[in-house]
Amino acid sequence: MSKTLMKGNEALGAAAIQAGCKYFFGYPITPQNELPEYMSRELPNIEGGAFVQAESEVAAINMIYGAAGAGARCMTSSSSPGMALKQEGISYIAGAELPAVIVNISRGGPGLGGIQPSQADYFQSTRGGGNGDYRHLVYAPATIQEAVDLVMEAFDVADYYRNPVIVIGDGMIGQMMEPVEFKEQKKRELPAKDWATTGTNGERKPNIINSLALDPAELEKHNQKLSRKYKEMEEKEVRHEDYRLEDAELVFVAYGTTSRITRNVVDALRDEGIKVGMIRPITLWPFPMAAIQNVPDSTKALLSVEMSEGQMIDDVKIAIEGRIPAYHYGRSGGMIPVPEDIMEKAKEILGGVK
Amino acid sequence: MMQVVYEKTKGLTDKQTHYCPGCTHGVIHKLVGEVLVELGVLGKSVGVAPVGCSVLAYDYFNCDMHEAAHGRAPAVATGIKRVLPDHTVFTYQGDGDLASIGTAEIIHAAHRGEKFTTIFVNNAIYGMTGGQMAPTTLIGQKATTSPYGRDKATTGMPLKVSEMMATIDGAAFVERVSVHDVPNIRKAKKAIKKAFQVQIDGTGFGIVEILSNCPTNWGITPVDSLTWLKENMIPYYPLGNFRTPEEGK
Amino acid sequence: MAKGKVYFDDDICKGCELCTTVCPVDIVIMDKERINAKGYHPATVSDMDKCIGCANCATICPDSVITVEREKK
Repeated sequence: MSKTLMKGNEALGAAAIQAGCKYFFGYPITPQNELPEYMSRELPNIEGGAFVQAESEVAAINMIYGAAGAGARCMTSSSSPGMALKQEGISYIAGAELPAVIVNISRGGPGLGGIQPSQADYFQSTRGGGNGDYRHLVYAPATIQEAVDLVMEAFDVADYYRNPVIVIGDGMIGQMMEPVEFKEQKKRELPAKDWATTGTNGERKPNIINSLALDPAELEKHNQKLSRKYKEMEEKEVRHEDYRLEDAELVFVAYGTTSRITRNVVDALRDEGIKVGMIRPITLWPFPMAAIQNVPDSTKALLSVEMSEGQMIDDVKIAIEGRIPAYHYGRSGGMIPVPEDIMEKAKEILGGVK
Repeated sequence: MMQVVYEKTKGLTDKQTHYCPGCTHGVIHKLVGEVLVELGVLGKSVGVAPVGCSVLAYDYFNCDMHEAAHGRAPAVATGIKRVLPDHTVFTYQGDGDLASIGTAEIIHAAHRGEKFTTIFVNNAIYGMTGGQMAPTTLIGQKATTSPYGRDKATTGMPLKVSEMMATIDGAAFVERVSVHDVPNIRKAKKAIKKAFQVQIDGTGFGIVEILSNCPTNWGITPVDSLTWLKENMIPYYPLGNFRTPEEGK
Repeated sequence: MAKGKVYFDDDICKGCELCTTVCPVDIVIMDKERINAKGYHPATVSDMDKCIGCANCATICPDSVITVEREKK
């Protein structure tokens, strides 16, 4: 399987098509534009495929609701403010138990913010910006190859759990070019979509795609059913990578492109004899709580490195339950952390910690 | 020998509706159900219910249904139709859903020429939420959020949806009808059938605006509400066809 | 004039009275003597012999309460 040099946004589109996605509904917003553009070139060449540029992100996510409810594999993408507009739709999709893959190539905020890379959508992605008790898997690739692999798998995961799946990359993941290949993903046992609205043909009772339940007892039962599903995701789908944790006195927690910078920091500090390691969440939800709890006894401090003013730090603190002090270092607005500053922060913390 | 000339359509389920006594949502539901059966497409129909009084329509139409977020039914229908191009797809929407929060969605569905059919029920008020003013509420009409009567100075003139939609090339069929009496109910059914035919023929997007009543929130009896509709709504919302493929325009 | 016959599914009726306003032979009335399962006076017919099976009442009924038969010549 030869590798192809591809721009992240386009690779995400190609991966979706490889995974059998035939429908894309999107809207222009920097820095993810190349994804809808790619889909507008490719999907019309696919039998039965369709690309629709919606009038807004609100419309796009509701087109996903319709297409997914009709039983199709479909995808939409956007960036931060656009993702904010999609939150109601995502809540409906979770409530109606529909599979969908939603890509966020995130940018600086709040408000219109900027177009440079950022990880300030952590809360939006992991806590859910929509209403009600709902969850969805959040994949955070650090490389374009990983983004391709995770998107391809995301369609199976979405179908398996009948739930939306978010793939979040900061602007760099969308804009960088890296060599990728489209490997066959391990197939999951997927149930038939007998719930889809493909027409009764007079042979069955109508299928209804719906998230309304006016009877509170019924809605609670539905919520509890969803919670069981989310529990299963927490048990089966959490993913992370450990890097040079053994005998680490300080453990970085970083994801996406920030984890690549932090990986270099770990190597540089280790070369200076300072024992550090890194935990890289690959799923932001479910967050790798166990990995954080099981840091080696040598660990005296945790340092969450993010392109934000501090969001993942909350989950790090939740995971460690105060047993070890947890700090945050971050740049925001589209500024990217540089190794020297991260190293300085780590030394400062270790210096202070006896 | 007696022959049945009118009975409940197979296009509707056995579920009794929650609509208030005398609400003509029920009449419009019957017309849509009858049309789907008569056109022989019920088995491959997919409908989209809005948020509003007819949110529960997903329990009443005897075909696969989606319940959409408020105002987003045309987007949901777009997604369905793109996936199932040979199915008959329709949205059933009230004036709060279509003419207020969902204005962009309905305009752009027509603008793209999406091949589905919209049944737009205009009763000049928000029913489900208890009688608030809608974009279609008439000037001087009292509603819970226009307690002194709708005032043009602060809320503008009621929105004429059919006239607006008729300016969009992709809207192949646009007609406004009413269900305030039997002759008009029969005319409304013809328009609904033509709108669905435009979809089945693959010509393009169709919308039928149907003037309807709201006895509960208008605060009058069902019988008087139909007279009120005729005397107040029709003068402002003239009935008729605004666009149809035959014109070849 | 052909003979007609109408049947009312009483317990579905919501007592809205719309059907009483469209009968060309004025035989559709509300049955003030009875209350249906919903607590409404259901619609009924005062003189079935006069029914011409035009189905006006059934057409305007929002709840499909009325089934109409007509004599086939």
